[in-house]
Amino acid sequence: MNEPLLSRRKFIGLGAAGVSSLMLAGCDQFDFLGESDSTVRAMLEKANNLTYRAQRLLMRDGALAPEYSETEIRQGQRPNGSRDPETEEYLDLKSNDFVDYRLSISGLVQRPKKYSLAELRNMPARTQITRHDCVEGWSCIAKWTGTALAPILDDVGVKAGARYVIFHCFDKYDDGTVPYYESCDLIDARHPQTILAYGLNGQLLPVANGAPVRVRVERALGYKQPKYVHTIELVDSFSHLGSGKGGFWEDRGYDWFGGI
Amino acid sequence: MPALAQTVRPHAGPLVYRQSFLTRLMHWTWAVCLFFLLLSGLQIFNAHPTLYIGSESGFAYDNAVFRIGAVETPDGPRGHTRLFGHEFDTTGVLGMSGPAEQPRYRAFPSAVTIPSYIDLATGRVVHFFFAWLLVVTLLTWLIGSLADGHIRRDVLPTRKDLVKLPKDIVDHLRLRIHHGQSYNVLQKLAYCGVFFILFPLIVLTGLCMSPGMNAVMPWLLELFGGRQTARTLHFLAMLLLVLFFIVHIVMVLVAGPINELRSMITGWYRTSTEERGRP
Repeated sequence: MNEPLLSRRKFIGLGAAGVSSLMLAGCDQFDFLGESDSTVRAMLEKANNLTYRAQRLLMRDGALAPEYSETEIRQGQRPNGSRDPETEEYLDLKSNDFVDYRLSISGLVQRPKKYSLAELRNMPARTQITRHDCVEGWSCIAKWTGTALAPILDDVGVKAGARYVIFHCFDKYDDGTVPYYESCDLIDARHPQTILAYGLNGQLLPVANGAPVRVRVERALGYKQPKYVHTIELVDSFSHLGSGKGGFWEDRGYDWFGGI
Repeated sequence: MPALAQTVRPHAGPLVYRQSFLTRLMHWTWAVCLFFLLLSGLQIFNAHPTLYIGSESGFAYDNAVFRIGAVETPDGPRGHTRLFGHEFDTTGVLGMSGPAEQPRYRAFPSAVTIPSYIDLATGRVVHFFFAWLLVVTLLTWLIGSLADGHIRRDVLPTRKDLVKLPKDIVDHLRLRIHHGQSYNVLQKLAYCGVFFILFPLIVLTGLCMSPGMNAVMPWLLELFGGRQTARTLHFLAMLLLVLFFIVHIVMVLVAGPINELRSMITGWYRTSTEERGRP
């Protein structure tokens, strides 16, 4: 038994070296996957289309995001991303309590229209206590009140060619040069829990959380719920916006669907 | 042939065909999947290196059970890890790592994340690709191995196996490895634990973190006690799979890496002579 045991020890040493070199391989061997023009990355990204199709198939009955009870609201909604936009236009509106704010609906619609905050608040409201999931991994439960997007889309009349809804926002990134924008498909746009929220936890929506209007798309991650929305545009494609990936974070490598 | 083999290696018995093509193909696919899932998963974890119990993350209250970070001390910054209220200095590995003159403040060090630098978006791309590959190949293997009887014949322990459990534990502790056509009972229990507990647990808790899947299967959230508990269990399942991997590699080395590797590449496995006489 001596002879094989010795070779076993040798193999254990070799194995340990192998494992550690495998771990070191993680160091930077796969950093090329972070490059947006990598063909391997493009192949791996196809899995996100599969996720989108699979989830849409499973959700075809319009499944609702889980809603929570009042007692499960144990803290304020944690603000993330922009918390206090500083564009001139936004500061002017904010100084006047958003009285002059208008939400524009444009693009592939029959009757482009602008809504004041008072008009939005006078439409039937929906209140929902839902969980906000940041792509980073944390979650926060809060009560959102707003106007469902679906009746507004009916109001303006969506044209047949429209496939996506773009949300244009007041807040800008990269030293105030790149405006935040997001998009979703018409299935999410017409989902009953998709609301233009103007209230949070029984109060007016604070600036840190997106005043005067932020979108809630409850079956997606936080970056799919843009704050400080000023224009909703219906389009057949979002390739002309930003880097053409359908949103600010999507242009920076995040998946468009954001359902997981 | 057996006679010749015996003159060369006194303990060598006949070669047996032990691993089907499906099992071998799936084994190596899973090895690649788990490698990428682990390293991209640690990248994702680093984006918010705290684990909680419940539906949400407590910011105004404390429901955290595990946290990796860095703290400022009189001696300068230190890597700091907290587990159930117990504090550990983990400088050099967790929370703070890299060269002393230019430390990096990140939960898991760059040596064990893909990419090596902080890039959550790419970590997610890699993670979801290999998650799909793992799930599809697991289901393929499960269906195939139920159909050809591999699971019933080779993986599930029989009552006879369980009776032999104490003896098998003693044999393992003494590194006395039997090379038979079939797995020993500890092996069967380990593989059952991975196939029927850890893999389903890590896949389902992964799905539980998807707001889309929460709408489709709200009962899954109930089952795992909320999204943040599911995230914690996902991490725990990862740790157990890493533990399995370490034991698996050690056992391969102890039992004879050439023979074990051959059986997982070609399917053919050299049994010990003592196995031949057995009914």
